[in-house]
Parts: sequence; C-alpha cells; structure tokens
Amino acid sequence: MKRIVIIGGGTGGTLVANRLRRHTSTDELQITVVDRDDRHVYQPGLLFVPFGLERPEHIVRSRRAQLHDGIDFRLAEVDRIALDQDAVHLADDTTLDYDALVIAAGASLRYEETEGLRGPGWGESVFSFYSVEDATALRDALASFDHGRLVVNFVDLPIKCPVAPLEFCFLADWFLRERGVRERVEITLATPLDAAFTKPVAAGRLGGMLAERKIALETEFATGRVDGVGGRLVSWDEREVPFDLAVVIPPHGGPSFVGRSPGLGDELDFVDVDIHTLRSKAAPNVFAIGDAASLPTSKAGSATHFEGEALCANVERVLGGEEPEGSYDGHVNCFIESGFHKALLIDFNYEVEPLPGRYPEAHVGPLPLLRESRLNHLGKLAFQPLYWHVLLPGHEIPGVGAQMSMAGRQAPDREGGDQ
Amino acid sequence: MSTMTYADRQVDVDVDGFMTDPSQWNEEVATAIATEAGITELTDRHWLVVNFMRARYLESGSAPSIRTLGKASGVPIRELYELFPKGPAKLAAKIAGIPKPRGCI
Repeated sequence: MKRIVIIGGGTGGTLVANRLRRHTSTDELQITVVDRDDRHVYQPGLLFVPFGLERPEHIVRSRRAQLHDGIDFRLAEVDRIALDQDAVHLADDTTLDYDALVIAAGASLRYEETEGLRGPGWGESVFSFYSVEDATALRDALASFDHGRLVVNFVDLPIKCPVAPLEFCFLADWFLRERGVRERVEITLATPLDAAFTKPVAAGRLGGMLAERKIALETEFATGRVDGVGGRLVSWDEREVPFDLAVVIPPHGGPSFVGRSPGLGDELDFVDVDIHTLRSKAAPNVFAIGDAASLPTSKAGSATHFEGEALCANVERVLGGEEPEGSYDGHVNCFIESGFHKALLIDFNYEVEPLPGRYPEAHVGPLPLLRESRLNHLGKLAFQPLYWHVLLPGHEIPGVGAQMSMAGRQAPDREGGDQ
Repeated sequence: MSTMTYADRQVDVDVDGFMTDPSQWNEEVATAIATEAGITELTDRHWLVVNFMRARYLESGSAPSIRTLGKASGVPIRELYELFPKGPAKLAAKIAGIPKPRGCI
C-alpha cells in the first residue's frame, strides 16, 4: 500500500484528498491530511466581513468534515520536511513517512516584515482583513468611521487574491455612500505597482473605475514602515501617505516549515515547482498546489481548483512509477466586486492577460468579462455553495474547464505598445 | 520598440528604455545606462545587485522584486534605495539590461 501525505486542509489539500480518494481504493492508497487547526475559512468571504455583508461565523467550517470517508485527518504542526528520508517531521517529534507528498499549506501573512505594522496604533487606526480576526476588528472600526482619510495598501506582491485591495476600495466607496458620509472621506489606494493592476488591459479598465469613484491612486509606493501613532505610511523612498484609518495587507510568504526544509522553497518560502507539472524541483515525489507554490499566476482559489486536475493526475502517475504528464496552464478567474450589487469577471492564464469577452461559453456567456454586471455579482454569490459542495469534494464545475479557452476573446488594441 | 546607442553599441529597448534582448548587454553598456540615469559611478555594491538581477532573470525568466533583492542579493532594502534612488528594482533591471520587471500575480 502506498502512502500520500497532504499538508494543509484548505482548498487545495481538501480537493486533492477527495479526488484521489474517489480514484483509488483504501487498499491501494492511504491518504493523510495534516493541518494545525480544524477551521476551514472560505477566504473569498473575508472581503465582505468588514462591510457587514458577511458574518464571520458563516465562512468557517470544520476541515475534517470536508474530507471524504477513508481520509485520515491529523491535527499537528509541521516542523520540516526531510526530503532525503521521504518524511514529514511534526512539531510533536513524530514523523509521517510518505511515498508522495503534496504541500497545500497556503501562504502565511508576514506582518513582522513591515516595520510598525502591528506596532502602536494596530487595532486602533491600522487594520487588515486577511484573517477572520483582522476582518472582524476592521468591521467594528468601519462601523463608526464617518470622516477622514481611508488608505488601502498592500506592501508587496504576491498576495492572495491580488484584486482584493481594489475590491476593498470599491466596496468602501459603496459602503460610505450608503451611509451618506462618502463626501467626508478621502479614499486612497497606495500600491507598489505602477498602475491599478499588473495586467495592462485590466489595469486600464480598473484604473478608470477608481477615477470614476474619486478614489486616489498612489502608485509605485513601496511601504517601508507604518506609523500608526503619526497616522502615515512611509515608503522606502521617503514619500508619505497620511491616514486616519489604514487597511494594510501584509507581505506574504510560503508556509514557515518550507523555510526550515533546505532546498524546498524560494527566498519567500514558496515551494519551488515546475509551473506546468506542479512537481517540486527538489524531489520527484513532492508536489505543491495553490498559494504555497511559487507559480507566476494569481494566488486564488480558482487557480488552485484548476491546478487540482493536473496535480492529481501527476501524483497518480508518479505513484505508479511514471513521469508526470498533466499540465496546468496558469488558468485563473476572479470575480471583482465593484459595489452596488455588481461585479466584473476576469479570466486569464500564464500567456494571455485578462481580455473582454464572455464566460464560460464564448459569445454566449452568460457572464461578461472585464465589465461590470449584476450577473457577475450573482455569480460570485452563487460560488460559495459551489465551493463547499462541488469544488472541495473534488468535482468539476459544469461548463468550467481547467484549461483556459481563447474563443471569443477580444484582442487588445496594441497602439500604446506593450505597456 | 526602438534602439538606443550605449558605449558605441546599438541595443533594442522598449518604450521605457528597458533593453529587450539581454544578449546585447555588456558592462560598458551598463555603465552608460547608469550614467544616463544619474549614477556617476557603479561601485562594487551596485555591481553585486546588477549581477544578481541579471543572473536571476536569465535563470528564471523574471526579475526579482525589491523584497526578494533585499532577502537574497546581500544588499538590504534601505541600501538598495541609496544605490538606486527611487526605484531600485526597476533601475537595477534597466542597468542589468533585462526587460522591465512586472508585478507577478
């Protein structure tokens, strides 16, 4: 009998475990999922918590309960991986031996890398929203925020859901308008990028949406420190952005045990993998999926979902003594909430930037790409039950293929050059 | 796409002046680009960053971010801003003769 260990019981770990369990009998393959807690957070819901649009307790479920019968769930902290011994060392000094290992432990929030972020002023004028606790504290602060300067900042890429800072700005604009205080609040998005987004066509459209909403954009702002007492963000080149309320998304890293496992990760502790097969460059029987992997695509649940198909095929091949064949193309799609019950949808991969068109069927849709619509917002809302009941169990979402399709995409106007 | 002449050598550059073909680069070209950007002398510390940048690009196909530079190049972020004022990642990439860094998502 072969043994597979999956570190992480979030989106990637759960869908891989369930998918493999369906494909193989319990006599052939023992599947163990390790996680340090039993709280599976529906992370797209975190964006809505600060605005009272989602209740914190509504987005957390048991990790164990999402796993099919015949999967072992182990509550433990991982200390390190011994690649030469095919063993996971746990913090309680026990080890788990594996024939194949899947690292699905997500990204970690590295608040400590930004001077002052959790210093004086944290929880008073400085907040974040990438954990249930942070999002809840921000909700309580926003409830009474009715004038002043609201600054939204992400320190560095990669972050989970790179469109979330934009969505936060759009929703804040809406939230403040609904409460009749928008004119008393200045909203600024301070970004390390040179535009509203990394990809040119989408950056143009999203930048226009910020301008329409009178949200200021401070570009190429590399946050050096947060001065919570003085109420200012200070960049490495000594520019300052003053705030009364700051929402700062900390730099991300990979799982900390990756840093304690020589050869496994890059400088930021993301697992170094082949971008198509998802196999570790350090060991032939080790794979990574989702936010923990060093892939040049968005850290997003949809990417993780699309990676699952290739990853499971490759794990099964390697366990059978064959070379990986499954190939992930970088496909990701994201809803971008724009407030007023509307959203945009973007769909792209390693090669092709987000372009206008229709999704999932070319010309038919029904969802329009890179354009605000009520239908996209409904799509975002409809996704939450699909997440728990279709995606995590490891099923395909009907009509939504793992590989991206170029059919019906409107090629960009390249007059301005490849900006 | 256009061309520029640095140290008597014609190189292809994009609209922002970043070289698009790293094989056209040499150290004299780097010095000329630096001079144009207002850096009068490339010190050993500058070269440490420029060479790291270039090696990383040629190996991985993408340019490291400021944070990665600060962790892995051997030069801390504060000093990177002293060496390459305003935008170290972009300026060092330009001098290293590699394409403009893009935020990777």
